[in-house]
Amino acid sequence: MAEENLKGLMLPVVIGKLLAPLPLFPLQFILSRMVRGIAQRRPEFFARLGSHIDSSYAIDVTELPFVLLLKPNPRNPELTAHRRPDKVASDASIAGPFMELFKVLDGRGDSDAMFFSGNLKVSGNTEAAVCLRYALDDLEGSVIEDLLHMGGPALMPAHLLLQRLRRLEMQA
Amino acid sequence: MNTQAITPNAKPELVCPAGTPAALRAAVDSGADAVYCGLANETNARNFAGLNFTPDLLEQGIAYARGRGTKVLLAVNSFATAPRTQLWFDAVDTAARLGVDAVIVADIGVASYAAEHHPQLRLHLSVQAGASSPEAIRYYCSEFNVKRVVLPRILTVTEIAAIHREIPCEIEAFVFGNIGMMSEGRCSLTNYVTGTSTNMDGVCSPANAVHYMDLPDGSKTAGLGDFEIDCFAAGEHAGYPTICKGRYLSPVRKEPYYAFEEPVSLNLSSLLPDLIAAGVTALKIEGRQRSRSYVQAVVSAYRRAVDDIAAGRWHDLSGLVALTEGGKETQGAFQTKKWR
Repeated sequence: MAEENLKGLMLPVVIGKLLAPLPLFPLQFILSRMVRGIAQRRPEFFARLGSHIDSSYAIDVTELPFVLLLKPNPRNPELTAHRRPDKVASDASIAGPFMELFKVLDGRGDSDAMFFSGNLKVSGNTEAAVCLRYALDDLEGSVIEDLLHMGGPALMPAHLLLQRLRRLEMQA
Repeated sequence: MNTQAITPNAKPELVCPAGTPAALRAAVDSGADAVYCGLANETNARNFAGLNFTPDLLEQGIAYARGRGTKVLLAVNSFATAPRTQLWFDAVDTAARLGVDAVIVADIGVASYAAEHHPQLRLHLSVQAGASSPEAIRYYCSEFNVKRVVLPRILTVTEIAAIHREIPCEIEAFVFGNIGMMSEGRCSLTNYVTGTSTNMDGVCSPANAVHYMDLPDGSKTAGLGDFEIDCFAAGEHAGYPTICKGRYLSPVRKEPYYAFEEPVSLNLSSLLPDLIAAGVTALKIEGRQRSRSYVQAVVSAYRRAVDDIAAGRWHDLSGLVALTEGGKETQGAFQTKKWR
């Protein structure tokens, strides 16, 4: 069990190290397709954000070599990656370990509990962050699965990775 | 502990929170007898950005709940103030049009409007009305045909039993979740700091006035408006900053202290048999602002507990302490008036 826990902690670090030397350009293309796909499949997410569709959110996954910036306006949704330590201007910032944010997007995480226990950190416009939390919490099922289904059979390895991450997360 | 089985008609209704459609479905699927919700505006006491229901979403929620034998209650439990009263009346009209099972009201004007324009609509008296005496409760019953009172969290179980014998309506009691100031419906602390009223705007500690700051030593401050409400050491569980649960400095104390209330959650699992024996008809779980995983966990646990009690079996809700505020729980005033 201890060995599995260690793997659960190490896998995101390994993923981060593998991504570090890669150029961001192809990633930007993938992220853009992802957020546009979610805008089509999950319009209720954007409706629940209300006026905060015009807010911007920095999502700082601790183990990754870049910070994500989400601008969730459904007319032109954007999700972009920015190298550390470049300063990313945003209305609200959410930072936390890969596995915690993975659980939230996989529909099994209680972001409230994560924040109160200090695993997630929020700064900037708290209302924008709280609104994003409610919008995510109202999404049933897994956003990650949605993304993988959009990618079709080409993302079969990612499906296997998803199953692996779920097992590691449950054992942790 | 009393483990005698209760008669089927004495089995209490489990009333559960739903801040979003997903939470509503989670509550229904976890065994709620009724769920309570609010519209996405100032007409209810959990008016947070991103939370609550549009009329269309409420209609869909009602259909989902009804299909599974669960009631839906609509909280219209903030106070209607001139010249904005129409917003509250519209909420009552919406509730009647959609056929909710009851509307939870606090304001006399809203209760009067509902009783006059929708006499078929069942009314519950919100905890926000602060009705804690038989005289006050009987007044609401006789004037507005209120069928159930949600009692303020200031009464002992013994006092609840005494009230039950003197009123003509059902009693709903909170059993789990946030426990607020001992002056429900009358707290103006957030209004003082933010200019936004819990009672009239429906939001205590509006998120747009909340700010957190991480300090270099790993500690974190939580503020509301111009005030610092609390400071948490590295590794200490942080809470959402409400004035009533802040830690404050005082010239007569060495350490910061909780001046009003401590950040603990109500958990009456061990008092459930006594509450039922006292005549409580409905057991209420607080937490429309909480996540659906919280709703699922708490509702499932209380569903099992109520069913166990009804069958005369021992029940264990000790696992719920993980879901309490700050990892601490209390029986509050239900056990003793000297709980602080």
